[in-house]
Amino acid sequence: MNFDFSEDQKLLQQTARDYLAEHSSLDLMREVLESDATYSDTLWKRTAEMGWLGATIPEEHGGAGFGPLELALLAHEVGRALSPIPFSSSVYLATEALMLAGTPEQCARYLPRLASGELIGTFALSERPGRASTSHLETQFNGNQLTGTKFPVSDGQIAGLAIIVAREGESTSLVMVELDAPGVTCESLESLDPSRGLARLSFANAPAERLGEAGTGTRLADSLLDRAATLMAFEQIGGAERALEITREYCLDRYAFGRPIASFQALKHRLADLYVAIELARSNAYYAAWALDTGNAELGTAACAARAAASDAFELAGREIIQMHGGVGFTWEYDCHLFYRRAKLLSVALGSADLWREKLIQRLAA
Amino acid sequence: MDFTDTPEEAAFRAEARSWLEANAPQAQPTGRLMSMEDPEAVKEQQDWQALKADAGWACLTWPEEYGGRGANAIQNVIWNQEESRFRTRVNIFSIGLGMLGPTIMTHGTEAQKARHLRPMLRGEEIWCQLFSEPGAGSDVAGLRTQCVPDGDDWVCNGQKIWTSGAHYSRWGALVARTDPDAVKHAGISYFILDMESPGIEIRPIQQIDGGAGFSEVFFNDVRIPGENLVGSINDGWRCAITTLMNERASLGTSVQGLGVEALIELARNTNWQDGTALDDPGVRRRLADFFIRSKGLQYTGYRSLTAISRGATPGPEGSIGKLVGAPLGQEMASFAVDLQEESGAVRGADAALEGAWQASYMGSPAMRLAGGTDEILRNIVAERVLGLPSEMRADKGMAFREIPTGSDR
Ligand SMILES: Cc1cc2nc3c(=O)[nH]c(=O)nc-3n(C[C@H](O)[C@H](O)[C@H](O)COP(=O)(O)OP(=O)(O)OC[C@H]3O[C@@H](n4cnc5c(N)ncnc54)[C@H](O)[C@@H]3O)c2cc1C
Repeated sequence: MNFDFSEDQKLLQQTARDYLAEHSSLDLMREVLESDATYSDTLWKRTAEMGWLGATIPEEHGGAGFGPLELALLAHEVGRALSPIPFSSSVYLATEALMLAGTPEQCARYLPRLASGELIGTFALSERPGRASTSHLETQFNGNQLTGTKFPVSDGQIAGLAIIVAREGESTSLVMVELDAPGVTCESLESLDPSRGLARLSFANAPAERLGEAGTGTRLADSLLDRAATLMAFEQIGGAERALEITREYCLDRYAFGRPIASFQALKHRLADLYVAIELARSNAYYAAWALDTGNAELGTAACAARAAASDAFELAGREIIQMHGGVGFTWEYDCHLFYRRAKLLSVALGSADLWREKLIQRLAA
Repeated sequence: MDFTDTPEEAAFRAEARSWLEANAPQAQPTGRLMSMEDPEAVKEQQDWQALKADAGWACLTWPEEYGGRGANAIQNVIWNQEESRFRTRVNIFSIGLGMLGPTIMTHGTEAQKARHLRPMLRGEEIWCQLFSEPGAGSDVAGLRTQCVPDGDDWVCNGQKIWTSGAHYSRWGALVARTDPDAVKHAGISYFILDMESPGIEIRPIQQIDGGAGFSEVFFNDVRIPGENLVGSINDGWRCAITTLMNERASLGTSVQGLGVEALIELARNTNWQDGTALDDPGVRRRLADFFIRSKGLQYTGYRSLTAISRGATPGPEGSIGKLVGAPLGQEMASFAVDLQEESGAVRGADAALEGAWQASYMGSPAMRLAGGTDEILRNIVAERVLGLPSEMRADKGMAFREIPTGSDR
């Protein structure tokens, strides 16, 4: 048994960490948060140059030809840095969707541009508040045109390509739309984490094409979401780990009642619990990554476990970083809220932890 | 990352399996662990241990010179996986093999190693751990049992408590105070105690689940030969730490109790209004949570195993195993009883699964206490993994005899 990443993979991770420490500080996240932009174009281009956007794209399409394990570690680092880039939308979702279901021609058309960062991709299932179902969608595809509204779409205002789950006749299909096509309107929404944009995308007979066979939308979306959930779990764990580090430092530095607050057992025990939550999530995420990498059938349950555990851990970290900072934790000036926002945004991005728990039981009970 | 056996691991597994198939007694009836108050059960375990020892399977991780196999951590796990298909009984040798044997290997004299390790390995002589006292559990260094020198011997007076297996143990590892004027950690020594010595009285303690696996042990002028001192005089705390470190490493990388698969089966088979409990959203949410924590624990075990097999020493992060597994076992048992609604309060033969979940509910509090309480484990994670300050101590720098106790209140 070997339940660890290889030395080469760890080296890649360290390189990514060092690179992001230099080019994606929390100040960069804050800069985007405080501006009208919804991502850092400079950092996006840099990550493209580093080859990360095409990490799992085959070399023939301009990618690095890595496997999901390497991508998972990059996701972890992007998560640690709270990088203000549409990495999850474009890489785990749009790119993975094309590789999962695209024809060779579709792959050749889009993958090189996704790898170079020139094209940003995204994915849209939800249409309104509440839990979405792939079998009750209003957005309709008629074979070559798409009509309907998706709300909210992550990074929709900067994306050029969207993978849409839509109704086609009596069943469901995955559909691709170029967002500069006629009949597409995009409206920016206010985001809980303004360093990651949200948009409403409306389609009125917009030209679109199918991804995969007609009627396979539910199966493909499920499979795509399992992959994305696994990678997203790494991103969340990265964020949670960083929040724990910052909280720990603060507790060691801050004194009250003549002693560091880190010496109060109430805080020590909660930091220990947070550490444990993160490590359990990490272990679940490793297992899901292994299942993804080897095509093991357990991915279905492993992805659910990884995703729910990672959402819970990052959200816990987001709450604790504020609480343990005291009043300054609630100020705009301190960075605590950056974690609190990002944790919630990522939690709901692919559906809440409860949704993944429900999926898990459906699969275990099946 | 790779979970499949390497060719060497597969060969090892095949060897273990074929030996077990040829030699192991018939598989135990599933589920319930047989009580160790029954001398028959102890005897049966000893026979099995001796059979394993003759073939080199008694304690795989021990060096060959002491009768072990010098096996690595992964091989040990493979063996445990294979053996668990045949045996479901609690292991009465684990305190000796997992904790006390390694302490003697590290700190004992050559004569002690030569005298004790083989019979311990073969299960001929069972060992118990005489650490906790009525006034010293979590704060075990606060122990008061005293040993005073008398010629070449020591004379011991005092009391231990919660000693698991005292009634069937031939030897005990005893920590006792040998200098009450020193600060508390500095006045302790570590002894090997013959449990048949005159002056020892063992009184079994009734547990909340009806069992009596542990006892009070009283010492009344018990003589301990000088050659039974482990390590040097007043250096016993260092030896005790070795025991405790091995304890944390050997306890739990899995959920204590019946396991999440069994719980899901219970929900599937439990009537719930018009369907089964597995249809209920509230039940499903809890089950998912139990599954996620159980798997997280299992895979965390794989991670540390991978690190250990590459030569890392088991670190304090090993405390996660029991810190997560023990409360999880208790929560799952409690939930399983709830699932049975009013029938949940029935235990024994008329209960679902012959009361296995009720038994688990009643037994589960022990795991959160024994071998370091949840709170102590959180301190360990906070201090040794996260590097947070250690607890403020009211007894710091004081001579042991000056330290306040509850009786001063
Ligand atoms: C089934 C079982 C088997 C056992 N077998 C053995 C054995 O074979 N040999 C042996 O020597 N002992 C054995 N023990 C004893 C066990 O190690 C002790 O019970 C345990 O260490 C707790 O000590 P205590 O009972 O004195 O409780 P206390 O230490 O008095 O603890 C009471 C409560 O206070 C809390 N507490 C104490 N200190 C702190 C602190 N610093 N911070 C926060 N909270 C704190 C504890 O967590 C607990 O909740 C066994 C116990 C059980 C239940």
